Amino acid sequence: MNELETAKYQLCLRLGDSALILGHRISEWCGHAPILEEDIALTNVALDFVGLSRNLLTYAAQLQNEGKTEDDLAYLRDVVLYRNALITEQPNGDFAVTMVRQFFYDVFSYFFYSELCNSHDITLKGIAEKAVKEIDYHLRHSTEWLYRLGDGTAESHQKTKDAVEELWMYTGDMFDIDQNYRLLQENNIVPDMNKIKELWNLKVKTVFETATINVPELGYMQSGSLKGSHTEHLGFLLAEMQHIQRSYPNSTW
Amino acid sequence: MENKDHSQGVLWEVFIQGNPGIPHKHAGSLHAPDAEMALQAARDVYTRRSEGISIWVVPAANITASSPEDNGSFFEPSNDKPYRHPTFYKVPDGVKYL
Repeated sequence: MNELETAKYQLCLRLGDSALILGHRISEWCGHAPILEEDIALTNVALDFVGLSRNLLTYAAQLQNEGKTEDDLAYLRDVVLYRNALITEQPNGDFAVTMVRQFFYDVFSYFFYSELCNSHDITLKGIAEKAVKEIDYHLRHSTEWLYRLGDGTAESHQKTKDAVEELWMYTGDMFDIDQNYRLLQENNIVPDMNKIKELWNLKVKTVFETATINVPELGYMQSGSLKGSHTEHLGFLLAEMQHIQRSYPNSTW
Repeated sequence: MENKDHSQGVLWEVFIQGNPGIPHKHAGSLHAPDAEMALQAARDVYTRRSEGISIWVVPAANITASSPEDNGSFFEPSNDKPYRHPTFYKVPDGVKYL
């Protein structure tokens, strides 16, 4: 891979891994959600994310050009090689934690993928154009839940507030960039991350106002996912997700 | 509305329109706390396989239904009135949709 291909490959891992890990996390609710309707809603969202990750990891494997597939990338990489944003690997917690995590990442996805539709990389542009309609719905869903949980009962308000405080320090990592990203930006392949961050802050503030939740002070932000430095939760998630392929290599349906 | 204290929300009936120009058909029911969430739940539960292009959700409590006791007076009188069926004239050639 030349320099630009390497940068594209890293971007595909970042976006694809985030989609895969968040999709896996949400899928853990399958059969356990608070009500049947939400169980199906969450499963739909999980499947959308896994579908998106397939597109991105397939493209990553193409760029890598070592004869690997999306499955090799998903099932045979260890924690340190994963590039998903830290927030996506955080445990489900209670329903408020799941929805706040979802809302934070949905707002990011909404603005990022909308801008990615203008990418000069035709494959990424195509992937983004397919994703934006799904993401539009995800954001609508998590936003409506935020309103109802935040501005609901005293208990739901408190749980939402706690979830926001717990997850806030993982939000900064979504916007971290490195020299690979800068190279892509110079080539009009990705949007200006500062702009995405501004839009994100504004949207979160607006929704939180209606949900009667205070936006936390900026404070200390965890970072490191760009270098494969993850929270302790990712290892357990991968152990479960990769177990079959690791125990029975090359097994198929 | 009945069922209001239920933790899953109230009961809604869902109607889906499959294609432009045809009527919305009853697809099933679901629980939701309010109209917007009912609409989203209907989208997630009943249109996952491209079943629809339009959704109506109606609180089940707002539907007035006939009761089985009405069946005699409501429906039986039409049983012996075959002339109400449009079977006594010939359908002109070329008419497809009747």
